[in-house]
Amino acid sequence: MTTMEREAGAPPAAETSSKRSPKVSSSERKSQILWLVGAIVIIAYALIPVAWILSLSLKAGDDINNQRFLPSDVSLENYRIVLSSDIFLSALRNSVGIAAIATTISVVLATLAAYAIARLEFPGKKLILGVALAITVFPVISIATPLFNMWRTIGLYDTWLGLIIPYLSFSIPLSVYVLSAFFREIPWEMEQAAQVDGATAWQAFRKVIVPLAAPGVFTAAILTFFAIWNDFVFGITLTSTEAARPVPAALAFFSGASQFSQPTAPIAAASVLVTIPVIILVLLFQQKIVAGLTNGAVKG
Amino acid sequence: MSTTVPAAAGEVRDDLSVTHHGRPKLSDRARHERRLGWMLAGPAFVLMVAVTGYPVLNAVWLSLFDYRLTAPDDREFVGLSNYALILSDGLFWRQFGVTAAITVVTVAVEFVLGFALAMVMHRALFLRRTLRTAILIPYGIITVVSAYAWQYAFASASGFVNPLLGLGGYNWFGDTVPSLVVICLSEIWKTTPFLSLLLLAGLAQIPEDYLEAAKVDGATAWQRFRRVIMPNMKAAIMVALLFRTLDAFRIFDNVFIMTQGAQGTETLSFLAYRQTISRVQIGLGSAVSVILAILVVLIAVMFVKGFKTNLSQQKG
Repeated sequence: MTTMEREAGAPPAAETSSKRSPKVSSSERKSQILWLVGAIVIIAYALIPVAWILSLSLKAGDDINNQRFLPSDVSLENYRIVLSSDIFLSALRNSVGIAAIATTISVVLATLAAYAIARLEFPGKKLILGVALAITVFPVISIATPLFNMWRTIGLYDTWLGLIIPYLSFSIPLSVYVLSAFFREIPWEMEQAAQVDGATAWQAFRKVIVPLAAPGVFTAAILTFFAIWNDFVFGITLTSTEAARPVPAALAFFSGASQFSQPTAPIAAASVLVTIPVIILVLLFQQKIVAGLTNGAVKG
Repeated sequence: MSTTVPAAAGEVRDDLSVTHHGRPKLSDRARHERRLGWMLAGPAFVLMVAVTGYPVLNAVWLSLFDYRLTAPDDREFVGLSNYALILSDGLFWRQFGVTAAITVVTVAVEFVLGFALAMVMHRALFLRRTLRTAILIPYGIITVVSAYAWQYAFASASGFVNPLLGLGGYNWFGDTVPSLVVICLSEIWKTTPFLSLLLLAGLAQIPEDYLEAAKVDGATAWQRFRRVIMPNMKAAIMVALLFRTLDAFRIFDNVFIMTQGAQGTETLSFLAYRQTISRVQIGLGSAVSVILAILVVLIAVMFVKGFKTNLSQQKG
């Protein structure tokens, strides 16, 4: 279990760095200062736009157009507007509900498929991986426009199910790649060892394999959630009302408190609110996300 | 290794078939393994194919009709004339140009920037965790949010960029090129981290001895990069560039939020959206979707072919 966790969690470069770190020469120390500067620049690069949207969300009234990075006066007015807006709240409900359902189903189906691909010999394995790859590179809009027409005919237009179905088919390929790369590294002999010790096949699977596989499945779930949470194309093409419209699509059609006020600052506040789950997941599971992204793409 | 799996699928029938037909046990196991394989992978496969395969075929079919959603009774088979109409339209080629320009510029900048990011992440011993956490935020953030952040930063009313650059009341969204610059900036900011993580995985696979040996032989940093790092990362570079190119080519969210396609910033994905959803020209919109899909497949094929020939040249 511990070796698996390390393998899954460790960033790819961790090995080389631990080799280097014990004795650091003076020239190495000098270049480390340069790398440190680089690291600080990159952190600033990543965080400044986020800080900007946060700062903008705290501006109220004319302060929005103060043309400065920081607000002259911190106000939570925009959050009050957004959190009392039915459009935003229903969009949030839709996004959370749809993402939760679609992520769960997607990861369960992808786990079964990835297990088969990593562990079993059967014809068509290459076909499945090929189809999965084709879907990940396919232009989403080319699917969304025919679905728009089909969903209207069969009544799935502007429903949760109408979004969940395409989300599944577009998120499963990613999870299959991430998970089959992960499953290939699991020490499956342990399953046999458990059976030799008298466990049934199901017990061996349940008590030995599930704990080993859980970190990988969890990583796939986070990446799937990000993909679905981020979707915009399906969100605007397959919905028309608050019944199913998810957050990114609702943001695009968001207007201010009244018809005449500029929606800039409320949009910024809504943006901050929907970024919070992303930041929490990144803070908690940074290593898993990095490992999942790199394993799936390079080894799979 | 695989012995345990067929047992889970159905032990009893396994035994029966052995005694009745006297088949060797291994082939029987293999047969069960095949069945179990498809039982497990089947649902995912069916879902992937049904939800993408059928709409694609449906789009191909509909693209052969003159079909407006508001006038379904006037639906009429027109053969390939939707394609002829699109391909002979100057506007389509303009949008193709815009899409291609965005793709080339963003992928080129992201590749250079992503490599720098990957190098820093690979080498820096301090702030490792913070660095990785920070760059995952642009990766995870909603593209629409990124688009708003960059748009508001450059907007002449609310933005801080103009005063910073001393540009006064300059309107970034009043003309094609400046609008595209801001669109590309948002796209680059959001997607470079993904590319850099793929490159980082490639970097980590280069044996440290290679670089040490090159150093001992007196290779400069640039030579080490060109002659040791780059050739040893071919696979990672190809994967990263291919994924990002195909992703950039379908750019939609940033354009939709920042300009709604105004000022000549419309891309091919946006054209497909506008024809189908806004103008409900299902026939024409489907034809645009099909053309876009064909272009993406062509790019993928070109990529794979191009990198293969390069690889063989390297060896020879």
